[in-house]
Amino acid sequence: MSPGVDHIRERVNARDALVRRGRYVSLAFLLGVGDQEYVVTIDRGRVTSVEPRRLATSTGRFTIRAATPAWEEFWKPVPRRDHHDLWSMLAAGIVKIDGDLLPLIQNLQYFKDVLAAPRDA
Amino acid sequence: MPEFEPIVGRYFTMNVAGDACRIYMEEAGRGLPLVCLHTAGADARQYRHLMCDRAITDHYRVIAFDLPWHGKSNPPVGWRDREYRLTTELYIETVRAFCRALGLERPAVMGCSMGGRVVLHLALTHPDEFRAVIALEGADRLEPYYDLDWLHRPDVHGGEVSAAFVSGQVAPQSPDEFRWETLWMYTQGGPGVFKGDLFFYWYDGHFDDRSPRIDTTRCPVYLLSGEYDSSCTPERTAATASRIKGARATVMPGIGHFPMSENPALFRTHLLPILDEIRR
Repeated sequence: MSPGVDHIRERVNARDALVRRGRYVSLAFLLGVGDQEYVVTIDRGRVTSVEPRRLATSTGRFTIRAATPAWEEFWKPVPRRDHHDLWSMLAAGIVKIDGDLLPLIQNLQYFKDVLAAPRDA
Repeated sequence: MPEFEPIVGRYFTMNVAGDACRIYMEEAGRGLPLVCLHTAGADARQYRHLMCDRAITDHYRVIAFDLPWHGKSNPPVGWRDREYRLTTELYIETVRAFCRALGLERPAVMGCSMGGRVVLHLALTHPDEFRAVIALEGADRLEPYYDLDWLHRPDVHGGEVSAAFVSGQVAPQSPDEFRWETLWMYTQGGPGVFKGDLFFYWYDGHFDDRSPRIDTTRCPVYLLSGEYDSSCTPERTAATASRIKGARATVMPGIGHFPMSENPALFRTHLLPILDEIRR
């Protein structure tokens, strides 16, 4: 598993305020890191699992994909510009988002913070 | 008595495009008038640090106001049945009406984001009314990258989503206190107001075909943009500067889209030399 992805569950669940902000979020989404996809499952704001996608039928409400070097830069303590934020990566065409965006947009700051959680190292 | 800040706030009513608009304004300092325009979906509080900076207020009367529909300025009567949409013409007329109402004589005007864009329009259309314009995060052409309908619909909290959309526009280096103060203003915007502002910022306000006609000998133009700005990027700032002969452009390292409110201490190091130049 990619080192950043590996840290998401533990780092998110260690932040009570983040879990509280996500208390209405219970779903799975796909996170694409290069060619590898992960199913991130969330229950009332807590990340219950982050697993490599093994079956074609394992999916999520939406998908967020970027190249591996883009995520590596994103997870640095101070990323360079265009890599420092999910929406900045979107503006720069570095990240692609597909699927049902409604739950993502309804909880956008929460999901931004979940994705950035590996920076807390 | 508490130690009051030097900022004083007042209300008055002015007419803009046939509407009587009750406006909230703040000011501090004495000297040349410097009118400050807030970003889309926010309000004049963004300029509070400038108004408490003696290096500025010893020489300038710093004035910031909330646009109609924003902050403590009211929307026009009948707002319930209108869809708010800021156009280039309405924005220009609002700023001019404000300067006229206050009787300001050739003020300098500084705006950020959509405010940074409208000051370029002012330099083009009314160069003799302004001593100079400072465009913070202002470009003559931008590319939209998300659907504005997300900003105003019943199943998404407009304030939360507005703040979340722009949170990455604050540079990672900016102090957390000021990052979240900047974003707090976004959470407080009225329904559909940020969306209505972005109509100007992303669509109606493009004028890269006309910006080369700005005459900087009549109205000097300064462009200041943050390295971490994802909409008015350093590249778009440079492209804008290349089209406006005589414009002076600076990219501010370690700053995002909200220089005056996200990192006031760093921003003033870029602003003070420009303000010195304008008053000489």
